[in-house]
Amino acid sequence: MEDVLKLLTQNARLTNSEMAVLLGKEESEVARIVEKLQEDGVIKGYQAIINYEKLPHIPVFALIECKVMPKAEYGFQEIADRVMALEEVDSVYLMAGNYDLAVYVKGATMQEVANFVAKRLSTLESILSTSTRFVLQRYKQNGVILDDKDIRDPRNMVL
Amino acid sequence: MEPKVIFNQHLKNVKPSVVGKFLEIANEYKEIISLSVGEPDFQTPWHIRQAGIEALEQGKTFYSPVRGLLALRQEISDYMFQRFETQYQPKTEILVTVGSSEAIEMAYRTLLNPGDEVLIVQPSYLVYEPMVYMAGAVPIIIETFEKDGFRLKPEQLKEKITSKSRLLILPYPCNPTGAIMEKVDLEAIAEVIRETDMLILSDEIYAELNYSEISHVSIASIEGMRERTIVTSGFSKAFAMTGWRIGYACAPEEIISAMTKYHQYAIMCAPTVSQFAGIEALKNGAGDIVAMRSEYNMRRRYIVDRLLKMGLSCYEPKGAFYVFPNISSTGLNSEEFCEKLLKQKQVAVIPGNAFGDSGEGFVRISYSFSLKHIIEAMNRMEEFIQELSQR
Repeated sequence: MEDVLKLLTQNARLTNSEMAVLLGKEESEVARIVEKLQEDGVIKGYQAIINYEKLPHIPVFALIECKVMPKAEYGFQEIADRVMALEEVDSVYLMAGNYDLAVYVKGATMQEVANFVAKRLSTLESILSTSTRFVLQRYKQNGVILDDKDIRDPRNMVL
Repeated sequence: MEPKVIFNQHLKNVKPSVVGKFLEIANEYKEIISLSVGEPDFQTPWHIRQAGIEALEQGKTFYSPVRGLLALRQEISDYMFQRFETQYQPKTEILVTVGSSEAIEMAYRTLLNPGDEVLIVQPSYLVYEPMVYMAGAVPIIIETFEKDGFRLKPEQLKEKITSKSRLLILPYPCNPTGAIMEKVDLEAIAEVIRETDMLILSDEIYAELNYSEISHVSIASIEGMRERTIVTSGFSKAFAMTGWRIGYACAPEEIISAMTKYHQYAIMCAPTVSQFAGIEALKNGAGDIVAMRSEYNMRRRYIVDRLLKMGLSCYEPKGAFYVFPNISSTGLNSEEFCEKLLKQKQVAVIPGNAFGDSGEGFVRISYSFSLKHIIEAMNRMEEFIQELSQR
């Protein structure tokens, strides 16, 4: 199971038959494992890793650090539920340290992100304060280096 | 008077490598995908590099003892015993060398006399044969075949033995074929060797890269063979440490003493910093080997599967990190195949005849490259084969 997950993490487009060859398993066995991982909710989806800089309109990414007043009975769950329901929000994490929720958002412009923070996020009642950090450059995403300059092999052929 | 440069007679007899000529062509292409190099694509595991850094920081940059740091020889001794059930005394039966290449060269230099015959199993690493010429000895080639899984058969060996036979080079796991010799195969060879006074040089540099169920067996562990075998190995392949230049030879005291004498005058000692890194590799590197081997194994299965689907005949390699498909069905010879593949698809593989005449009709594909890289190369090679058959 772990070996299948490792392969899919590296390249989610590998077919079951390719994975079967790579792992020395039967294709039917790989199919069963993948199906089980999906059914159990271990695999939640498959996405492309995109270098947005190559697109005509580069979106704006921001990390919004939120301090939150947890609710007596629900802790952070209630506010997390509300934040993650907002479609601008890409990822939400509960953090240890100086702030509570890390909210990653993607917007078309800085203005759009600013509006989102001002009008939708900071107005939620449990949010005590927000601090917005705009991403200037994305170098590596999900383990993949985005810049595709010189990837030539540094090794010398000696024999 | 004008200076006159007279080259060593033996060196003049050494033919330039086919690989060199081929690489010159390959260098002209920019978008090339090369499956040619014979070294791991992994970086040396961090803890091993750190041991090297610590040695530098602490200024451990002096010559080591001629035979190598005793602590390293002790580790090698323990490792050889634990992995291959062969026992060598750290003080007298192990020599640390500049890569296993030096170990092979020292063995030749100390054991061969002009006219001696050296039996070389081919296709194999392209260093064995020219260096025999350099030692003034005579290489006798034993060809191995795809149908035998490129194993050395006892009857083939017997056929080539004469009163001048001094040394048998046993290159398993084998570069470029990926062949291995199992215990039963080695026992059959040992039976032939026992009837002679020959020695064996067993190059076990790829010992850790064995993908069969049973791990590598050293011929030195077969009864009666230890006293006539020089095992050469090193850190390059198992621990991805090619640039550190560190290897070793294990053999009976008398042989190691003679090799040490030569090594002392020619080399003095292997790089000291690398030796400290080597100690760390042997102490704590077993997990790294397992991880790298499993990665190589995936690539190996993938390439073999793709080659078979292309309609090529291909022995399933059991060791090292090479696949050696038979390309004779394409109607091209090894060099034509490689040159056309390079020119038409910008994929570089090595012509099989670089590893001896018996490699003609084959090419060597290295899988010490990322899977992504390999997939792209196989796609291009598949197109190439399809286009060939359409003509």
